[in-house]
Parts: sequence; C-alpha cells; structure tokens
Amino acid sequence: MPKLVTVPSIETRDLTKSFGHFTALNGLNLKIEGTKCVGFLGPNGAGKTTTLKLLTNMIFPTRGDALLNGVSVREDRKAALADAGVLIESPEIYPSLTPNEALEMVADLRGVPPAERAERIATVLGEVKMTEWADQKVGRFSKGMKQRINIAATLVHDPAVLLLDEPSTGLDPRGMAEVRAIVRDLKKSRRLIFMSSHILSEVVDVCDEVALIDRGKLLFYDTLENVTTRFSDGHASLDASFARPLEPADDARLAALPGVTGSQRLDPKRVRLRFQGGAGGQERLIEGLVGLHLGLLSVAESESALEEIYLQQISRGD
Amino acid sequence: MGAVVDGAAGRLRVPVSSEQVFKLTRYQLREYLRSRRFVALIAIIAVIGAILTALVAHFRGGLVSSNVAFYGSFWGGGIDLVIVLAAVFFGGDAIAGEFQNKTGYFLMGLPIRRTTVYVGKFIAAYLAAAATMLVFLAILLANGAYYFGTGAVPWQLLLSLALALVYLGAVLGATFFFSSLFKTSAYGFVLTAILFLFGFTILQDVIVGLVKIEPWMVISYAESTIGNVFGSGVNWGIFGTKTTTTTMIGRMMVQSTTWTPGIAEGFVIMLGYLIGTAAVGLLLFEREEFT
Repeated sequence: MPKLVTVPSIETRDLTKSFGHFTALNGLNLKIEGTKCVGFLGPNGAGKTTTLKLLTNMIFPTRGDALLNGVSVREDRKAALADAGVLIESPEIYPSLTPNEALEMVADLRGVPPAERAERIATVLGEVKMTEWADQKVGRFSKGMKQRINIAATLVHDPAVLLLDEPSTGLDPRGMAEVRAIVRDLKKSRRLIFMSSHILSEVVDVCDEVALIDRGKLLFYDTLENVTTRFSDGHASLDASFARPLEPADDARLAALPGVTGSQRLDPKRVRLRFQGGAGGQERLIEGLVGLHLGLLSVAESESALEEIYLQQISRGD
Repeated sequence: MGAVVDGAAGRLRVPVSSEQVFKLTRYQLREYLRSRRFVALIAIIAVIGAILTALVAHFRGGLVSSNVAFYGSFWGGGIDLVIVLAAVFFGGDAIAGEFQNKTGYFLMGLPIRRTTVYVGKFIAAYLAAAATMLVFLAILLANGAYYFGTGAVPWQLLLSLALALVYLGAVLGATFFFSSLFKTSAYGFVLTAILFLFGFTILQDVIVGLVKIEPWMVISYAESTIGNVFGSGVNWGIFGTKTTTTTMIGRMMVQSTTWTPGIAEGFVIMLGYLIGTAAVGLLLFEREEFT
C-alpha cells in the first residue's frame, strides 16, 4: 500500500544568521506549501544563498529554525533532506566520475532501489538533455554541462521539494536559457520548487510566486499577480510595437486611449502604456490601439511592472 | 494536513548511516584508485623499492646475512616513508578539498550525516593507502624470495605489518584532522608531511635531550616499533626501555640517553593518535560551515 505524503513544504521560523557583526539573515519567517515554483528574489548579498544553506544545514543558524517537510534540518538533516533535491553553489562533481556514475552514487546513497536506478538515471539525464554524455568523465565538461548534471542529481529520487540556488548563474546566455527551460519543464511535475535568483526576468519567466528579500529581511511573499497589483496601485503596463515610427502627434492619441494614465517611448517604434482597469481595461486598450491604425504589430505585458516594484522595494532600504 | 502528493519519501527508504558509510567508501575508493595521484604514488613507491633493491644488491653484506635482518632493513627502512606519502596523498585534501573544490556541496545536498561523510572518506583513504603499502610489500617479498627463497619470510613481518597498519591509521587521523582544520588543501598536505617526515623526530630528540623523559607522547617514538620487532631482545611491554651510553670525546665524557618503546606501548600510542586525531577532526568537520 503506497505511503501518503503531506503537501511538501518549506518553513523558516525566525531564521537568523550572523557572521560576526554582520547579519546575513534577520528573522526570516516563511511558510511555503503546495506544488508550485517560488522565486526567491533579491540582489547579490541579500541573504538568498544563506537561507538555502540554512535550509540544508550546510551552515547553522544563529537563531531560529528551518524545516523541510515538517522536519527540522538541525535536528534530523537526514530525514529533512530525504524528499528534497538540493542544488546550492554550483557544486563540483568528482572529476573522474561519469554522469552515470555520479547519479548512481546519489541514487544509491538516497536509497533508490537498484532495479529502478538505471531507468531513473536515464530519465533524468534525458530531462536535462545529457543522455549522450552519460559515460564521459565530468571533469571534461563545461560549466553548463556540469550544472545540468547537478540538476539531474537533484531529480534522481523524484523529490517533492527542489531547492535551487541561482541555477543559471555563471552560465553563458545559451546555458542560462537551457537551465530555465529545464526548470520550466520541472514545473510540469507535481513538486515544490524554491529557486533563488537575482535575475528578475528569470523569476517572472519561471515562477508562480515570488519572495523578495533584501539585506537579510523578507520584504514580501505573494503570487506574481498579487505583487504586481498590490504595489502598482491597480496600474499595469503594456509594451506596444508598431510597424513604422510614431509621429509626435501620436503620443496624444495614445494618451487619450481609455484607461491610459501614462505613456513612455521606448524607441521610435515602441511605446510603454501605463493603464488601469485590470483585464477589462487591458481589453479596451488593445481595441483602442488597433482602432488608431498606427500599424500595431504586437502588444505584450510589460516586465517592468515587477522590476519597478523590485527596485522601489529595494531602494527603500537605502 | 494538506493534500496528498507523490514524493520520494513515500517510496524510498534512505539507507541507515552504516550502510551509507559502506556505499560512500565504495564510491570514494573507486575515485581514489582511478585518480592520477594513485598512479603517481605507485610510481613513487616503485622508485623507492627500486632504490632499496639496488642498495641491497650493491652492498649485500650484513643486509642479507639473515632473512630477519634483510626484512627488517628493507621493510623498516622504507615503509614509514611510504605510509606518510600515502596518508598525505589520500588524506591531505580529503576534507579541505570538499570545501576548496566545492565537491562537498554535492555531497551535503544529500540526506547524509557529516559523520558518515567523514568516516566513509577516512575508510576509503585508509584502504587506498593500504593498497599502496601492499605494492611496497610485494617488492620486499620479491627481493626476499630472490635472496632467501619463498619460504623464508620471518613471522616478525606480519607483526610489523600490523603495526604499520595502525601507524597508517594514526597518520591518516592526523592528516584528516589538519584537513578539517583548514579549508585549503595545501595546509593539510604541508603540515602532515613536515610533522611526520621530520617534525615529530625533532620533537622527540628535544624531549629526550632537554626534558629528559620518555617521549611516549610523540608518535615517531612509537613508530620505531615497526622496525624494532625485527631486532633481538625485543621489549614487548607497555613501558619503554632507557639506555644510557657514555662516550669519550677527547677528554670529555659525554652521556647520551636513548629510549626504546615497548611493542605494546608503541601500539597503544599509535592507536591513541588514531582515535584522538580522528575524533577531533570529526568534531571540527561537524562544526565546519559550508559558507
């Protein structure tokens, strides 16, 4: 009879970490449940990696506690990490091992039954698109390839919780895109992904919820939609692209569209429109844009909304 | 209580720590045996063996006067160096390397206790180092067979091998301790090599010469039992033997004191080093943060 498992969760209680006089993390209280992707966003040095290391008992808290699936990592690291996949600080794999051997070791130490191992390893190598490198020594791999093997290692036991610390950092643009695509794919399976990042677009691209941290303090934790709504006073932004450069007179026509509260030229053929009225307002605005016959090519939700909130929230601490 | 989800915890049983130690040892040992350092160490031991072979062949004389004398000189003359080299090669970066090379972040993401990692790595390093000792032993036996035939291996060799294995544990314990103390591998390498190649010997001389007590607290003193078992009138006891000799240098009468450890005493001292250094090293690793 299969054993039932409660919803995976990550919880921190007054989690604090000081290094001498420097407080890297200050009283973090966070409770995340369910199967989704949560972006742990913040600038460099905000306390993201510190939090993840505390969650895995790689470092020890000055105060407070960290729990994975209801188990304190301080009290029982083995039980806490049993159903979690962890990728912190882009670890190195023993260079003489092949991906197959490295994953075999992980699977063995995690208790994946021998009969299932080969299939699980083949599956995760396929997920990170490293099947053809399965028997090459890791020491010869590029940073991006190693990171893909690291991600595969977090998946080999099919964990309910994934802790990923800036998985695309340090990779070239192609590597970053590949890692993001892998994380997006992981969302399809039912698990909780907690991914730290200092790249806003990455969080917007991949995550459902966002927790913003700065200088060791949690600033907010909510869904992307709620965050945008809460901090933008009901305003949203759209970026519109046109087939030909806009005339100065067009600015007034755009500003007069229903719901528009402001506009900003991004370049001669692109404009950012700030508007209110939610989804209905957005629908009316697009209809209005089409009606202007300015050669509208595309309309996209502006990523700047969260960026503005991000910068605004972080600058408050300055 | 929330909804029910699929999860590894429902299907998998993380092995108990002793099982994980065994598994980790197996993988770590494979890593060691495949490494360049293993090949390099075998080559170095082959060179040491070749030099000793050439010396014995050239000088023969007293060295091959009896099988016990031969085995004592050859084995006693080379095995301590082999042990220190093997410990430095396999233990020097065993713990520090996990921090320095970031391989520790790979292991520490797993549901595994730090003690398991430490013990697994220690056993693997011990086995790899012991394997290199066997290479030296094979060279010795080949030489012995050449001079005395295959049936002339003295029983003392077995006892000496046992003492050498304990000494290996003690040196590795110290190496792991230094490796845990620093996050840089080089410090572990250098400190172990300096201390075990001549540091402890100097300390031993200082204690005997200045403090004038038995240097039972120094491991190089205990290590001499590895060669002493081949001697005549061996002290098997738990206390050392003091010998005072008087020499005339010109008109001056110079008295010098030497201490010879009992075999049991040497064994206990080496075992003490092994347990003490390994335990303190483990304690350090338990408290070390992966910052």
